[in-house]
Amino acid sequence: MTISLGALLGATASLALSGAAMAQTTITVATVNNGDMVRMQGLMDDFNAKHPDIKVEWVTLEENVLRQNVTTDIATGGGQYDVITIGTYEVPIWGKQGWLESLNDLPADYDVDDLLPAIRGGLTVDGTLYASPFYGESSMVMYRTDLMEAAGMTMPEAPTWADIEKAAAAMTNKDAGIYGVCLRGKAGWGENTAFITAMSNSFGARWFDENWVPQFDQPEWKATIDFYLNLMNNYGPPGASNNGFNENLTLFQQGKCGMWIDATVAASFVTNPKDSTVADKVGFALAPDNGLGKRGNWLWAWSLAIPASSDAKDAAKTFINWATNKDYLALVASKEGWANVPPGTRTSLYENPEYQKVPFAKMTLESINSADPNNPTVKPVPYVGVQFVAIPEFQGIGTTVGEIFSAALAGQKTADQALAEAQAVVTEEMKASGYIQ
Amino acid sequence: MARALSPRRQLVTTLAAWTVALLIFFPVLWMILTSFKTEASAVAMPPQFLSADWTLENYAEVWARSDYPRFFWNSVVIAVGSTLLGLLVAIPSAWAMAFVPGQRTRDLLMWMLSTKMMPAVAVMVPLYLIFQRLGLLDSRIGLVIVLMLMNLPIIVWMLYTYFKEIPGEILEAARMDGASLWNEIVHVLTPMALPGIASTMLLNIILAWNEAFWTIVLTTTKAAPLSAFIASFSAPQGLFYAKLSAASAMAILPILILGWFSQKQLVRGLTFGAVK
Repeated sequence: MTISLGALLGATASLALSGAAMAQTTITVATVNNGDMVRMQGLMDDFNAKHPDIKVEWVTLEENVLRQNVTTDIATGGGQYDVITIGTYEVPIWGKQGWLESLNDLPADYDVDDLLPAIRGGLTVDGTLYASPFYGESSMVMYRTDLMEAAGMTMPEAPTWADIEKAAAAMTNKDAGIYGVCLRGKAGWGENTAFITAMSNSFGARWFDENWVPQFDQPEWKATIDFYLNLMNNYGPPGASNNGFNENLTLFQQGKCGMWIDATVAASFVTNPKDSTVADKVGFALAPDNGLGKRGNWLWAWSLAIPASSDAKDAAKTFINWATNKDYLALVASKEGWANVPPGTRTSLYENPEYQKVPFAKMTLESINSADPNNPTVKPVPYVGVQFVAIPEFQGIGTTVGEIFSAALAGQKTADQALAEAQAVVTEEMKASGYIQ
Repeated sequence: MARALSPRRQLVTTLAAWTVALLIFFPVLWMILTSFKTEASAVAMPPQFLSADWTLENYAEVWARSDYPRFFWNSVVIAVGSTLLGLLVAIPSAWAMAFVPGQRTRDLLMWMLSTKMMPAVAVMVPLYLIFQRLGLLDSRIGLVIVLMLMNLPIIVWMLYTYFKEIPGEILEAARMDGASLWNEIVHVLTPMALPGIASTMLLNIILAWNEAFWTIVLTTTKAAPLSAFIASFSAPQGLFYAKLSAASAMAILPILILGWFSQKQLVRGLTFGAVK
């Protein structure tokens, strides 16, 4: 059999051309397992139709495992991930270290000025946006309207800690298994340390002074821990030192808590009649304060970023623009309703009359706006972060301090002992890391 | 001859055995039950059993959200591959240690075992860098090598124990009959040690199947096995216990079935040489 040279060349050329037309860039997206992220994976048909040249593969991991894997990969330049899901704690640290790609050149339709200023500030280092927020959250008070009514009380829209204590006392009915207040007690820098640090801001406390000297020996911290322990010991559920977000969510959904002060994202869970027995009896208020100008709420945003080691940065940017654009919010609303749109990232969402009808929308926005990661405390501090200190050492010391406070809540040590121990541990670490002499 | 037990004593022994077995199996049983409950029912306090809302929804959702067959196939390749490769290396090593021991054989065995005492995370960064340079990240062959190396001390130790039970004279007789080293190991030693080799193989498949550190650290999408599949259903915020239980049940089911059918072999192998 003979084949002419021309036919062979023609066939080769057409094969090459069809190959080029089908060439796909594959990007690997590392993410956490939460409702908004799962929903996005279900809406990938829209992305695939708009960008057939990009194939997206997902790696979903538990938060701490994801953090460990991504840190290892970026630090070693592994290049396994093209888009990573990180929080407001990592962005300032990793951005400074040059681990993340700048997102300042996203297309005009991304509309960077539409991002909520507090969230944008937390993801920007020296004028460079290093991550695009997928959803943002703060913390607020969720309370049982029926129990408040039965106690003849009204929750102010912006309560003080004294209001919270009074309401907790009125709602507690231990015989009926109802506890006035549920707060985080489980040890961990992202668990009880996050809550207590945000709370301490409203008591005028701070982790470090301007010279990085630990401040746990100051009266503001004493007031914070005394109040927290008294509140929980008198009106909290038994075994509270083991309760984190998910445990308190369960307690609240089963009608065991009068109040729960935690992430704004919980609002959609506790008002979901499928899982919550108190779905139609939940009210919302701003996180408490003590009249010092700072409230006890935090700021967090799960955000999408591109590791510097990625070899598909353009495709990764295209994906990030799709996932965090205003159009994506409209896409979710059209498929699943406005209540399921990822909250807390864009001003335009909160100006949308349809979204304003969502019961927790207003309180979420006000909570986010009242947190300032660049100016988190009453007194000046050298760090960024509301419920954390954005330094690499914080994961370690934050968890150790969390363990100490959790032990105090379990009754294994007094408030004074806990604070003295925290001061000693943090001072030692800060000396070892060279922040102080 | 086994000692005869009085009926009363037999009843007590049986009850004790059942109690211990149920205690050990209870977490798995509870996980399987939880996988058929709704999320609200799964976390209800006090725990619900008869009053729970039963559903198959979790399995449907887990199946829809993940490419289970791909994770399953990766688990099979990694667990079986690492075990076979391990046996290939360990059989000659254990033969040498059992039948031609040197002065330092005992020390060598202890040293091999001591590597199991090192926390895996201590070598995470060096190993990650080696994998990256060799292009082995997120590859099944990479994981086969790592898990083989990780389980090799156990394989060698188990085989060494079994081989020690085989009289050296039989091998000597084979040699005198003109058998080469290859024939001695393949045609004489291996058939005699087959029950031991089989139980070593089964135990190592189970260990490799359940490994959840390296299989999560060194993979992303292509080579991720069932351990990564389970990890993807744990959530920092929100209720996930029922779905996580369904994913776990789907991940352990194949190995549970394997263990069920091979339990006689496993017990026989594990107790081999225990009583002399």
